[in-house]
Amino acid sequence: MVNGDQNRAGPKKKASTRRKKAAPTGDSEMVQLLTADGERVSHPEYDVSLTDQQYRDLYRDMVIVRRLDTEGTALQRQGQLGIWASLQGQEAAQIGSGRALAKQDMVFPTYREHGVLWTRDIDPIMPFGLFRGVDLGGWDSRKYKFQMYTIVIGAQALHATGYAMGVTKDGKVGGDDGEAVIAYFGDGASSQGDVNESFVWANVYNAPVVFFCQNNQYAISEPVIRQSRTPLYKRASGFGFPGVRVDGNDVLASYAVTKHALDNARHGNGPMFIEAYTYRMGAHTTTDDPTRYRESGEVEAWRSKDPIARMRTFLERSTIGDADYFQSIDDEADQHALDLRERVIALPDPVPGAIFENVFSEASPLVEAERAEFTEYHASFEGSGH
Amino acid sequence: MMTDTLRIGQAVGAGLRRAMEDDPKVLLMGEDVGKLGGVFRVTDGLQKDFGEDRVIDTPLAESGILGTAIGLAIRGWRPVCEIQFNGFVYPAFDQIVCQLAKMHYRSQGTVPLPIVVRIPCGGGIGAVEHHSESPEAYFAHTAGLKVVSCSDSNDAYWMIQQAIASQDPVIFFEPLRRYQEKGEVDTSGSLDTAHPLLASKVEREGTDATVVAWGSMTKVAHDAATAAAEDGRSLEVINLRTLSPLDMGPVYESVKKTGRMVVVHEAPSNVGIGAEIAARVTQDCFYSLESPVLRVTGYDTPYPAARLEEDYLPDLDRVLDAVDRTFGY
Ligand SMILES: Cc1ncc(C[n+]2csc(CCOP(=O)(O)OP(=O)(O)O)c2C)c(N)n1
Repeated sequence: MVNGDQNRAGPKKKASTRRKKAAPTGDSEMVQLLTADGERVSHPEYDVSLTDQQYRDLYRDMVIVRRLDTEGTALQRQGQLGIWASLQGQEAAQIGSGRALAKQDMVFPTYREHGVLWTRDIDPIMPFGLFRGVDLGGWDSRKYKFQMYTIVIGAQALHATGYAMGVTKDGKVGGDDGEAVIAYFGDGASSQGDVNESFVWANVYNAPVVFFCQNNQYAISEPVIRQSRTPLYKRASGFGFPGVRVDGNDVLASYAVTKHALDNARHGNGPMFIEAYTYRMGAHTTTDDPTRYRESGEVEAWRSKDPIARMRTFLERSTIGDADYFQSIDDEADQHALDLRERVIALPDPVPGAIFENVFSEASPLVEAERAEFTEYHASFEGSGH
Repeated sequence: MMTDTLRIGQAVGAGLRRAMEDDPKVLLMGEDVGKLGGVFRVTDGLQKDFGEDRVIDTPLAESGILGTAIGLAIRGWRPVCEIQFNGFVYPAFDQIVCQLAKMHYRSQGTVPLPIVVRIPCGGGIGAVEHHSESPEAYFAHTAGLKVVSCSDSNDAYWMIQQAIASQDPVIFFEPLRRYQEKGEVDTSGSLDTAHPLLASKVEREGTDATVVAWGSMTKVAHDAATAAAEDGRSLEVINLRTLSPLDMGPVYESVKKTGRMVVVHEAPSNVGIGAEIAARVTQDCFYSLESPVLRVTGYDTPYPAARLEEDYLPDLDRVLDAVDRTFGY
């Protein structure tokens, strides 16, 4: 399943011992470690062995981010947010790839990466300012190693590549403690010039960057066939680096493949492209009406591949989780959601003069003059109930 | 006269439909313009009626949309490109200002590019960043492009057809926060009898001061004129409609009558179109002016978060304040 320049060091092959004893086989079209029925399978190139606790943690992460996401949609419906971009259906792709990151790695997200954000141990309230309209999503992205959300499609792929070039220049590649960079984008974004240019640069400068494309099958109303007639992962080979398709509804496979790709990058072996094959279960955002462009049968077919349900089946079958455990996770998720809800509603409106803050890092006479004018104008309404 | 009551967004759509019926070479292209009918539903139903060959859902790439439209136009088609939101025209900027604007000139007139680029313009709908910008000045600054802005249903219906019929590239701004506002459309006219595409229009006559606006701000200008009338002041309202080339004739006449002028736009003031208008009026109507031309605009900051946009956008009070100030000199 790995394409591209096969002479370049790709991810190391695992010993084949596990392959022999694994009876069930996964989907041959893509890397899979957990079938849609929750069957644990192995893959010759990408496999993981996790502790029971790690399995449970992946499950817990997915349940919590789905619950937080549901809360986002509810808050929008109640007028607390201007808009919300739901990740439902994409939990495994995001949690799997996010948990594969090392602390020192840097993330360049779109506007839908709430699950990846969670895996960085960042307060989940962070993007809500953007969606509520109280700020433009500003947080200290260098400190959190998680860049601000990007609305302009594909722009961040170039930022990620440049950042990765900087990592190389700083001599921070070549070992286990090297830094890797991951850029997230959608199937629609794969058409943008910026994304394709980032592939060129990443290859030419052997940048330690992993391109993680969540192919959720749609760019608003347009099916992926409007972006490409060939599977997206195959595109990487033309740019000279490996591309691989992973079952994006399989948290274990998403984890395993991303970890390989990141390790590969941090050891100085250059970029990789991952296409996480998944599905956006809800609307594109809360302003979208998906019934105009997709069939309910299709949605139902994907529902049967649900990433959380299959992980739960696996945990049940292997007795890693029992009913009490699942209940406790649901309760915990509810608590997180309640917490989030209260804090989002309490997010204060910005003070009026905030328009003029941070236009530049140094003072600008023009902005200062306008600030003064605005302040005077605003003061003229004081007491008039404006 | 046959009239129809249409929302502004619907009126653009109806104009597109009529242009497609009249000329089989007219194509629509853009992101989500097909099945979805565009995110504002302006192209609703057109793909169903004209097919996927003429209403084209494009890959998600604005430079690609404009670049291929140029090729299609060279081949004899008349593409109408939809840019989904104002802030997403920038990936296509290079194709518009370096290629679309210049090919007729470079080819010594042998390659006209009859392309329309539709851009929903301005803010006021509580959107996230990059959805509320007013980029008109960038395009008006580039020779070779015609830049226009509709602001009511009748203009939306006729101007889009005139823009498509034009042999030159037209950047066509639509006031996104007014898409839902209804108005009468005179559907019995023709492209020639409708108000010309590149002509400004005196929409309300007055004697004391002139307010110039376009797009979503014409409504604010009219509201200001109504409010001022209650205070005994008579404002003349001019809808500029065309931003490049500017049609200054009616503006000059108005200023010569009123002696005072306020220009209103959503875009920041610095090097905005208001500055151009003020400069020209100062130059050509200097002895008629009782006071300097004032501008009421967005501030010179990035478009702010939604909960601050009411402070950012010019409103009735800011316009009335400026009118007051023109009387203070
Ligand atoms: C440059 C640009 N053009 C258009 C848009 C409007 N838009 C927002 S999301 C979107 C679809 C994105 O699809 P995809 O890249 O597949 O990501 P997904 O939202 O499905 O995760 C579009 C067209 C935008 N944000 N940026």
